[in-house]
Amino acid sequence: MTDITNTPTSEYDAQLGDYFALLKPRVMSLVVFTAFVGLLAAPVSVNPIVGLCAILFIAIGGGASGALNMWWDADIDAVMRRTRGRPIPSGRVQPGEALTLGVALSGLSVMMLGLATNLLAAGMLLFTILFYAVFYTMWLKRLTPQNIVIGGAAGAFPPVIGWVAATGSFSVEAWLMFALIFMWTPPHFWALALFMRSDYDDAKVPMLTVTHGRPATRMHILIYTVLLAALAIGTAFTAIGGIFYFAVALVLNLAFLLGAWRIWKRDEVMAEADDYAEERKFFRLSLAYLFLHFGAILGEAALRTFGLGGW
Amino acid sequence: MSFRPEHELHKRRRGRNIGVGLMLGAFVVLIMALTYVKITQTDFELPANQREVTQ
Repeated sequence: MTDITNTPTSEYDAQLGDYFALLKPRVMSLVVFTAFVGLLAAPVSVNPIVGLCAILFIAIGGGASGALNMWWDADIDAVMRRTRGRPIPSGRVQPGEALTLGVALSGLSVMMLGLATNLLAAGMLLFTILFYAVFYTMWLKRLTPQNIVIGGAAGAFPPVIGWVAATGSFSVEAWLMFALIFMWTPPHFWALALFMRSDYDDAKVPMLTVTHGRPATRMHILIYTVLLAALAIGTAFTAIGGIFYFAVALVLNLAFLLGAWRIWKRDEVMAEADDYAEERKFFRLSLAYLFLHFGAILGEAALRTFGLGGW
Repeated sequence: MSFRPEHELHKRRRGRNIGVGLMLGAFVVLIMALTYVKITQTDFELPANQREVTQ
C-alpha cells in the first residue's frame, strides 16, 4: 500500500493563481469587455443568464488559447524580460499541465457556448482559438514581421462572437467592431516593441522593429493610426454609433493621431534621451483608446434603450 | 486516538482543492440556472414521442 507520508514532494505546488495566470487575465479582461459590448450592442434582447454564460464561455475560450500560447512559446517567454515571470518559464507550472488545461478548457468553452447560445457562435469561438493558438502562435509569430497584424485578428473576434451569440447571425456592425480592434493592435504592439528594446531581438521573434528597423516601425504606426482613425470615426455613422460615440471617437482619435505623429517625427537618439517617453505615453493612451471606444458603443446601446442615442 | 498526522502536502494543496471545489460548485449552479432559463423562456419542447406519454 502506498503511504502518502513517504511520497516525495516537489518544492513548489502550483496554486490556482498560477493556473489562472496561464489564461492571460489581462487579455481575458479585454475579451470579456469587448464580447460584452458586442452582445449588448446587438439589436436583440438577451436573457441575463444566457448573456452571462456567453461572456463566461467566450472568456474561458480566450483564456484557453492563452494557455496554449504559453505552452508553445515557453522557450521565447524565458528569454524576454517582459514574459520570463510567466508560470511555465518560472517553473511554477509544467508545460504538459498548460497544454492539458488549454485543450480541456477549449473543448469545454466551445461546447458550452454552443449549448448556451447557438452553434454559429460556438464555431466562431473554436475558429478563434485555433486561429490564435495554431495559425498565429505556432506558425506565423516566428515567421513573418506581420505577425502582430495577423495575430491581432484573433483578439478582434470576441465582439463578433458576442454579437453572434445574441443574434445568431453576422452583420456589418459586428465586423466594424472587429476592424476596430484589428487596426488598433499593430500600433499598440509596435509602440511596445519600440520601448521594450531588446526583448524581441533576444527572442529572435521577427518583429517589425527587428526586420525593418525602427524608423519603418514608426512610419507603420502612423499609417495604421490614420487608417484606424478613419474607421473609428466612420463607425459613428452606423447603427452602433451616434452623437455620443462620435464625440468620444473624435477626441480620442485626435489625441491618438497626435501621438502617432510625434512618434514618427522622432528618431532613436531623441527617444533614448527621454527613455521613450512618447512611445510609452502612446502605449498607455492606446489602452484607454480601445476601452473608451467600446465604452462609447456600450453607451450608445444603453441610450437606445431609453429612446435616445444615435443621430 | 488520532489518525495519521496530516502531511504537509495536504496543507499546501488545501487552498487549491477548496478553490477547485468552489469553481465546480459555481459551474453546477450556473448550468442549473441556464437549464431553467432554456426550459422556461425559450421555445423548448419535449420530443413528440415523450409528449404523447406525458399527455
